[in-house]
Amino acid sequence: MLTKRIIPCLDIKNGRTVKGINFLELRDAGDPVELAKIYAENYADELVFLDISATEERRKTLAKLVENIAKHINIPFTVGGGISSVEDVALLLKSGADKVSINSAAVKRPELISEVAKRFGSQCVVVAIDAKQINGQWKVHLVGGKQPTEIDLFKWAKEVQELGAGEILFTSMDHDGTKAGFANDTLSKLSDALHIPIIASGGAGNIQHFEDTFKIGKADAALAASVFHFKEIEIPDLKSELKSKGISIRI
Amino acid sequence: MKIAIIDYGAGNVKSIEFALQRLGYESVLTSDSEQIKTADRVIFPGVGEASSAMKMLESTGLDKVIPELKTPVLGICLGMQLMCKYCVEGDTQGLSIFDAEVIKFDTQLKVPQVGWNTIFDLKSNLFKGIENHSYMYLVHSYYVPEHQHSIATSEYDLNYCVALNRDNFYGVQFHPEKSGKVGERVLKNFLVNCRQ
Repeated sequence: MLTKRIIPCLDIKNGRTVKGINFLELRDAGDPVELAKIYAENYADELVFLDISATEERRKTLAKLVENIAKHINIPFTVGGGISSVEDVALLLKSGADKVSINSAAVKRPELISEVAKRFGSQCVVVAIDAKQINGQWKVHLVGGKQPTEIDLFKWAKEVQELGAGEILFTSMDHDGTKAGFANDTLSKLSDALHIPIIASGGAGNIQHFEDTFKIGKADAALAASVFHFKEIEIPDLKSELKSKGISIRI
Repeated sequence: MKIAIIDYGAGNVKSIEFALQRLGYESVLTSDSEQIKTADRVIFPGVGEASSAMKMLESTGLDKVIPELKTPVLGICLGMQLMCKYCVEGDTQGLSIFDAEVIKFDTQLKVPQVGWNTIFDLKSNLFKGIENHSYMYLVHSYYVPEHQHSIATSEYDLNYCVALNRDNFYGVQFHPEKSGKVGERVLKNFLVNCRQ
């Protein structure tokens, strides 16, 4: 039986991990490869690396990092952040990334999704959607959730599926950082409306939240950052607990 | 041991090269038929869409080379699918190494299937030392129905064939290079335990 996926997300700036990381066993707490190796050994199902650097050198630095990750990690990983052209995608895949995550650039130019899907296959196209409720309506936001648009979440999710996205990474800006649980009602509606997998993001605070997002939110995968980085939740504990609750999980 | 990874422009070949390096083996990425014919082991990867991948194979003449190989060949994901007779995706005639058809999942479950699933009914040296119901990483919308040459089965709404073997030809739908330590064991078995 296909299992639900647990995905730690690492923020990267200039080739280094950001956010405080509470891994005493790391020789170099800022080295994304060391941290990724630990997650892979601890049964993370996939990893996401989100590049937030804004330097001119960023493409080259990121490609080098991606190659280094691919050399050392034996599970799939996705790279996102600032991807705006087919050339950006080509460089990252060539460096060894399994998937890329496209966000704002897809909203600005939706054809980018079909161009990438056509050239490299849908399996490597994750479309990240950040959204937040405005007057009870879910609206897509850009630039890490800072810039609102008029675009309806559900309409956009359907459109990216039609354009060839292989998966959707949905982050609720209303839940992100709250540690109060995922946006399960919305996730469940998305899951019913679409046939491609949905990755839930934003709101993870405890193990119950993961159980809820798989059972109530019907999510195919759940992504989180700080609860893993600060060891508030250890992935092996999380997974055995979920398994004992009858959720299909790889241990 | 000379290992050739067929590089015909279809997908992420780097990660296979890196996985072999982690096992202590060097390999060459190549589309040169001489290099492929003289290799001790050949890996035939592939991701993306079937008909365009097949066209790329034809344009390099590799569609004639691969079925004639006498050395062990391992097709991965789309590579395995193209080794079959026919793929529904893009109405594609394959290499006919396996007498099998590749059809689309018809299910209420999510398509593509993305993630870790178990494999069972394991046969052949390719799975030596690997426990039944081990987890492998898969990403696919098309599949081979249960088959006489099946050496591993998986389940996604129905049981289907997730690995094939005939003579020196092996094919796996999952990605051994991305399936943790168990996946690396499959690659190691292919190099060490699968002979002509």
